[in-house]
Amino acid sequence: MELINLGIRAIFIENMVFAYFLGMCSYLAVSKKVNTAFGLGLAVIFVLTITVPTNWLLQTYVLQEGALTWISADLANVDLSFLQFIMFIAIIAAMVQLVEMVIEKFSPALYGSLGIFLPLIAVNCAILGSSLFMVQRDYTLSEATVFGFASGVGWFLAIIALAAIRERLKYSNVPDGLKGLGITMLLTGLMGLGFMSFMGIKLGNETEDETAVPGADVKEQTELVVPKQDNAVTMQE
Amino acid sequence: MSAQVSETQDIQVAKKPAEELFSKRRRKLISDPLNDDNPITVQVLGICSALAVTSQMYPTTIMAMAVVVVVVMSNLTISAMRNIIPNRIRIIVQLAIVASLVILVDQVLKAYAYDVSRELSVFVGLIITNCIVMGRLEAFAMGNKPYDSILDGLGSGFGYAWIILAVAFFRELFGAGAIYGFEVFNAIGLENFPNNGLMVTPVGAFLILGLIIWVQRSKTGYVEK
Repeated sequence: MELINLGIRAIFIENMVFAYFLGMCSYLAVSKKVNTAFGLGLAVIFVLTITVPTNWLLQTYVLQEGALTWISADLANVDLSFLQFIMFIAIIAAMVQLVEMVIEKFSPALYGSLGIFLPLIAVNCAILGSSLFMVQRDYTLSEATVFGFASGVGWFLAIIALAAIRERLKYSNVPDGLKGLGITMLLTGLMGLGFMSFMGIKLGNETEDETAVPGADVKEQTELVVPKQDNAVTMQE
Repeated sequence: MSAQVSETQDIQVAKKPAEELFSKRRRKLISDPLNDDNPITVQVLGICSALAVTSQMYPTTIMAMAVVVVVVMSNLTISAMRNIIPNRIRIIVQLAIVASLVILVDQVLKAYAYDVSRELSVFVGLIITNCIVMGRLEAFAMGNKPYDSILDGLGSGFGYAWIILAVAFFRELFGAGAIYGFEVFNAIGLENFPNNGLMVTPVGAFLILGLIIWVQRSKTGYVEK
């Protein structure tokens, strides 16, 4: 139940794109057609589901302080966490290479349409970002796996939705300066508003402590500001 | 595409000996990314971190400085190494160099600006995957001399910096009624000026960046197909 809850949070409430702006580059570049967006979305889900648990293992058994005790007790004081970034990115790059080879072998059509964007997954912030969030929030291995998969699904949903809207948008008359990136940013903003309505959804028992809710950042931010505004309004009256 | 054409021409020009330190072409390397060829609004790179850190001016400034440092240094390093990097593995070489630089920046921030470093949290690490850095390495540093690459890095870095500072300016002003924590509306006598909670949320960032892009593009006359 706890895992489902985590998944729902990662997909809707803490959506990679709408809450953390991660993976925006490929999100904007590859969202012109639903077909390509679909392929890239699947690739991202796949890569995330593999890399987040892999990086969890790496973090737990190699990088964090005292992680190397399984080799020898003498290494208990070794803290390699400053190598985190470079190790994570190496794992991600290797995984992406793997996915690229698999897709090239089994689906040349998909490979053709994704083309240049597959290597770009390596520099997709959503992938590295999820790994870093996973470390920051102290997930367990199963939580990390669910989190990786769900973040991927959230990103997938976002890019498919945007691509569908942009396909329709082709027939609209958009002001010149707003064409392309401008209108896409505004659209993303509006979609983000929609996704904000998921905020506060929670499965399972309600008695858990609030600190366990990731999403608290975004929620707090709004809560911090909104009451202030209420005060201001009442005071004016 | 026209940018790429002009870059190849630039390379040919660069072969002439003893070019001035700040020749017209080199000044253009810096000034172009600031407006006409801005990394965020025109080339659509580096949006990821551009929005996440911009709810206040101060962390945004630190972030902008970090990105400028990383872009310039990585451009310099890759440009100096460009002739010995095998083409097939260039991406991973670039990633390794950028990641090392980001680790340096991260450690410096943790040592001298711990609060900000905590506030930026994962987004310092995400400079590695900032498309501006990789984009400039691929498009410029791999084919140009070190000094030119530094200039290009400076231009792109500051082009990125002023856009995120602009976004942060509006978000902090309307979201919290302050600039660098200084409460502007109180200071000019507009007490109880209502804060707009939307500006602090991600949605506000998207809308403001969209509007900035609109204004900037209608000034430069750039139209995306």
